[in-house]
Amino acid sequence: MTPRRKRLLAVIAILVGVVAAATLAKLAFEENLLYFYSPSQVMAGEAPRGRTFRIGGLVTPGSLQRAEGTLQISFVVTDNQESVPVHYTGLLPDLFSEGRGVIAHGRLGESGEFVADEVLAKHDENYMPPEVAETLHLPTPSRESE
Amino acid sequence: MIPEIGHFALVLALLLAIAQAVFGLGGAARGQGAWMQAARSALAGQFVFVAIAFGALALAFIERDFSVLYVATNSNSELPIFYRIAAVWGAHEGSLLLWALCLAAWSLAVSALSTSLQAPFRSRVVGILGLISIGFLLFMLTTSNPFERLVPAAIEGRDLNPLLQDFALTIHPPILYLGYVGFAVAFAFACATLLEGRLDVTWARWTRPWTLAAWLFLTVGIALGSWWAYYELGWGGWWFWDPVENASFMPWLAGTALIHSLAVTEKRGLFKSWTLLLAVTAFSLSLLGTFLVRSGVLVSVHAFATDPARGLFILGFLTVVIGGALLLYAWRAPLMKSTAGFEPTARESFLLFNNALLIAALALILLGTLYPLFMDALELGKISVGPPYFELVFLVPMLPLLALLGVGMHATWKRGHLQPMRNRLLGLALAVAVAALVITGVVYGDIRPLATLGFALALWVMGSSLMIPIARWRARQAIPGAVLGMVVAHFGFGLATLGITGVQSFKVEKDVALAVGEAATIAGYDFRLMELRDMRGPNFAGVEGTVVVSSEGEVITTLHPQKRLYNSGGNPMTEAGIEVGAGRDLFAALGEDLGQGRWSLRIQYKPLIRYIWLGALLIALGGGIAALDRRYRRVVAAQPATGAVAPEASR
Repeated sequence: MTPRRKRLLAVIAILVGVVAAATLAKLAFEENLLYFYSPSQVMAGEAPRGRTFRIGGLVTPGSLQRAEGTLQISFVVTDNQESVPVHYTGLLPDLFSEGRGVIAHGRLGESGEFVADEVLAKHDENYMPPEVAETLHLPTPSRESE
Repeated sequence: MIPEIGHFALVLALLLAIAQAVFGLGGAARGQGAWMQAARSALAGQFVFVAIAFGALALAFIERDFSVLYVATNSNSELPIFYRIAAVWGAHEGSLLLWALCLAAWSLAVSALSTSLQAPFRSRVVGILGLISIGFLLFMLTTSNPFERLVPAAIEGRDLNPLLQDFALTIHPPILYLGYVGFAVAFAFACATLLEGRLDVTWARWTRPWTLAAWLFLTVGIALGSWWAYYELGWGGWWFWDPVENASFMPWLAGTALIHSLAVTEKRGLFKSWTLLLAVTAFSLSLLGTFLVRSGVLVSVHAFATDPARGLFILGFLTVVIGGALLLYAWRAPLMKSTAGFEPTARESFLLFNNALLIAALALILLGTLYPLFMDALELGKISVGPPYFELVFLVPMLPLLALLGVGMHATWKRGHLQPMRNRLLGLALAVAVAALVITGVVYGDIRPLATLGFALALWVMGSSLMIPIARWRARQAIPGAVLGMVVAHFGFGLATLGITGVQSFKVEKDVALAVGEAATIAGYDFRLMELRDMRGPNFAGVEGTVVVSSEGEVITTLHPQKRLYNSGGNPMTEAGIEVGAGRDLFAALGEDLGQGRWSLRIQYKPLIRYIWLGALLIALGGGIAALDRRYRRVVAAQPATGAVAPEASR
């Protein structure tokens, strides 16, 4: 092989590699991009049906209900303007509690309720997920002033 | 008083870092021996004063000085002393101080141990490390002072985040930082090389042990973090593709590519400019990682808004370091041409593929990590990139990487005579294919294609690694440290692959609701909740469950998962009960009281999970063995030889 042909082959190999990587990235990306919607957006019909997304807001105080002795839970997520009921079966994270911020991952059910397959309440108890903080319509979440 | 001493020591350290940078770079440029000497003395002083500052902060924690804001926010009078010391690096300000201390320690080690380097080169390295120190000390003093006073003093501190009150997590940050910061040495070597426009490749030899050392710390640090997440976060995952994890994983990928490309540069004088670029990249990603994690940018780009000064400083510093290094690279790299040829089956080709695949994985992970930040910053919607994306874009480059690794280890430089190994490698390939089918088909009873492929590749790499010491032992040849290190690290990589394949393919997780006396079954194991009782710890109270695990009527183990409530308030914490085994972990975590006497539990069966961390430790051990290879300690004696090879190779 002449050096020239070698170089040509190398360039082609690099191009093929880059194109393959880009294609892979694009496909994987489109599959796995998760959009975030606030309860207001969900009620306005902006959220997709039949596709998973994330919803976030505050857990409405007093809305947490459990079928006694089972793992079935329901609660209401609100942005202080609109509210969406959420159904979930499983363990709640340690940092989940009423009146605090929460993000749930799942899809919309038949009657407009959100069926979650994962409930996230990360970080410490004073933390508000930024997506949630921005979509809240009423008073900013009360932070203990220490 | 003591916090003021610490603050003052930081100011002095900054002044000395400035002297270190000015005299180091200036002395080398003007060829002034006295200046170069002064730079090294300034560095020693900088280290001493950063250490004093660190000691002062630690003392404030030990003495529970809640008049210091940082101490009051991150500790509590009930906190045991061990965790009070660990709380020094429990949050942003203190971890920056730890960073600065690690950087000063590495710098001092380089300066002290590199007596064989030519004086101007060594001086430039010290000067560049000084520039980085200036950046960090300035950042701390202007925006994140750990010694800030709280007026009036708090009577009681808030607690250290209970999640952080754990052994693995107390040593995780220092080790991780030693890794991050260690890449500063490779970075400084690369910048000094570019500044001097060196055409020979002795710098690659000098850089190798330092890079290996940094990389091994980073490996251990990441493994500790993963292990901690597994048992402490309570839910049994070992890697979440969380941006914080990615931030430490990306420099590791770049560092892994770097140590491989350094080998080519040192041995064959090839890939010169690419290696320099990788050295710059690895450290830039370390900086990016530290800042992303510690400044809260990852939580949201809008976190910048909470403290604009910090955000601006970070952006500025990143721009100066990365931009400066890249400018230097653009200016000097064209000098570093290397045109030596090699055959397609030579070791160089395999290492080229190694680098291409690692960098492809790195780029795709970087894309997935930063894309949501850009989208958010540009107000294009709030999105996140799910773990399946990362799993896919990581898996795809790793499969060919593992396959090629098994062959590449046996390829010789330049010519790549694989013929002698051909039959043995073919035999090994056949053997691992059969073994993988046996593992999935017989042991786990389900021949899944991806799992079988994963096991086969893992065994392939492990077996292929072992062929090297066996061949050497048969031929009664000594095994040099560098070769032994490579074997151990690659064997560890195979072992980690084995663990990852096992746990990702055959894990079983189940959330159940159990009353005392009831049982649930997964993967042939019965988990029976026997008892629930109240318990107390030094600074917490809680509930402890007794879960007896049995298989086919035979009791295997008793697990004690806990739910803790810390006295400082806040939410409950989950402490999982885990039975460690060679073949699998059995895992139970307590959820909450469901009413009607039932509690929720998460029970899990995690096959082979231990080998992920064991493999990581072997990888690090291999790095350590290679770094201690005797030839790195004979740099002076070896110089003429390398010098002779390099020009010849680059012609």
